[in-house]
Amino acid sequence: MDNAATSQKPRAVIEGLTQYYERDNSNVHRGLHELSNRATEAYEGARARLAKFIGAEAGEIIFTRGTTESINLVARSWGEANVGEGDVILLTEMEHHSNLVPWQLLAKRRGASLRFVPVTPEGVLDVSNLDALLEGPVKLFSFVQISNSLGTINPAAELCARARRAGVTTLVDAAQSIGHCPVDVREIGCDFLAFSGHKMCGPTGIGVLYGRQEILEAMPPFHGGGEMISTVGFHESEFKPAPYRFEAGTPAIAQAIGLGLAADYLDAIGRPAIFAHDQALARLAVDHLESIPGLRILGPRCERSGLVSFVLKDAHAHDVVSMADQYGLALRGGHHCTQPLLRKLGVPASARASFYFYNTPEEVEQMAAIVRKIQTFFA
Amino acid sequence: MNIEELYQELILDHSKRPRNFGPLPEATVTVKGDNPACGDEVELAVKLTPEAVEALKFTGHGCAICMASASLMTIKVKGKSRAVATEMAEAFRHMLVTPEETPVPESFGDLEVFRAVRRFPQRVKCATLAWRALEQALSAAPTAPVSTEEAD
Repeated sequence: MDNAATSQKPRAVIEGLTQYYERDNSNVHRGLHELSNRATEAYEGARARLAKFIGAEAGEIIFTRGTTESINLVARSWGEANVGEGDVILLTEMEHHSNLVPWQLLAKRRGASLRFVPVTPEGVLDVSNLDALLEGPVKLFSFVQISNSLGTINPAAELCARARRAGVTTLVDAAQSIGHCPVDVREIGCDFLAFSGHKMCGPTGIGVLYGRQEILEAMPPFHGGGEMISTVGFHESEFKPAPYRFEAGTPAIAQAIGLGLAADYLDAIGRPAIFAHDQALARLAVDHLESIPGLRILGPRCERSGLVSFVLKDAHAHDVVSMADQYGLALRGGHHCTQPLLRKLGVPASARASFYFYNTPEEVEQMAAIVRKIQTFFA
Repeated sequence: MNIEELYQELILDHSKRPRNFGPLPEATVTVKGDNPACGDEVELAVKLTPEAVEALKFTGHGCAICMASASLMTIKVKGKSRAVATEMAEAFRHMLVTPEETPVPESFGDLEVFRAVRRFPQRVKCATLAWRALEQALSAAPTAPVSTEEAD
C-alpha cells in the first residue's frame, strides 16, 4: 500500500522491455539499419501513445527521467528565458519538494520571489484570494493536481482558467493523478504538465513533460549534446525543433516503450474505473481507521484520491511503519517530501496508505486491523 | 526476529516518559540534531566542565527509538568523564552498524537493548541521532548542528 511512491509493473510492461532488448535493441534516430528503424519506430510510437494518453500532440511530449526532471527542465529552460528580477512564481503550500526546490533555485538565480496559495487546516487550497495572488509580476503558477501527502484533489481546470485570465503561465504536477484518473491537457487548459512513468505501471527512469506547442517552440534548449542539434560548428550550433531540442543524448528508449505499454494497460482497464476503485478503497479505509482511538486522518473529509494519511497519538509514524512491515504491510512514513506542509499542519510525520487498482477491500480491512493492533501496542 | 523484541518494555517506557527531557538553563553547549529523512529532531543541552559531562537534557520529537535512545543516553552519560562519554558514543554507533556481536563497554548496562536495532537498518539513524549530537557537543566545534544525512 505504498503506491503513491511507486506502482507495481504489469507483465505486459515487463515483457515489452524484454522483447525490446532481445529483438529490437538499437540506438534511435541515427542508424541506417533495420534495428535502428525498429527502435526509432517503437520510441516514436510511444511518444504518440503518451500524447494520446493526455490529449496532446506527439510534438508536445518531451521524454524526461520523471516529474522532477520535467519540472527542472521548465525551471531551467523556460524559467531562465521568462523570469527576471522582481518577478513572482506562484506555488501552493501543498507542493512536493520537486515542485518547490527547482523554483527556489530559479528565484535565487534570477532575483525573483515565491508566493504560495495557502492550505486550510483541513488540507485543501484556500483559493478565496487566488485572483489577488495572481496579480502583479506573476510569471508562472505551478501546482499539484493530487496531493501525495493528503490525497487532496485540486480543481486543475478552474485554477488554470483563473491563471490564464491573469495572463499567467501554468504548470500542473500530475505525478499522483496521471495513472489514477483521466488527465486531458486541453480540458485542464495548462501550459505544462509533468508526470513520471513509474507511478503509472511504467518503468523507472522515464517521465514526460507536456508543453503547449507554441511555448515549447520559443524555449531555449535544456541539456546540450547529440540528438538535439541540427547542425554543429566549433563555436555555434543550431538546434532541432521541439520536442527533440530537449532530448539530448541517447534517450531511455526501452523505458519509453515500456511506458507506452503501461498507457495501453491502464486504458484497457479504464482510468475512470481505476479512480472509482481507488476512491472507494480510500473511503473504506477512512471508515475503518476513524474508529481507532487517538488516530487523526489528515486531508479533506469528503472528496479525496486513493490515499489516506494519518497520525496516531501514541505512536510515531516510523514506529507504525516498522511494525506494519512485520505484518507484511508496506506503508510509507515520514514527511512524504512535503516538509513545509506537514510543519504547517503541526505534524512532524505521518503514516500513509496509498491504493491502486490491484488492492482489494479485504486488504484495506486487514490494513486497518493491523493499525489498530499497533495503536493498542503503543497506547 | 520479531519486531516486538525491538520495542521492549524499556524502550516503550523511555519513549513515553523520557527522562531528562526539557531545558537545561546552565548548559554550556547546545546541539541541534535532525534526521531529515523522517523528521526526528533532538536538541541536546549539555553542561560541560573541562573534565566531565556534568549534566545533560534534551528536547524535541521523534519516533519511540529516537526518544528512548536520547532518554537512556542522558542517564548513562551524566557525570561521566569526557573520555568515557566519547568512548560510549563510539561504542554505541559501532554496536548498531557492525554485523557481528561486538563487546560493549561495561558502562553500557541496559543500553544493550538497542542492539536489536541492528536488524532494522532503516532505524539505525533514529537510535544514533542523540548520540551524534553528544559527540558533536564533545568535539572541537560543539555548536554546529548535526544531521543523520552526513557521512559517518
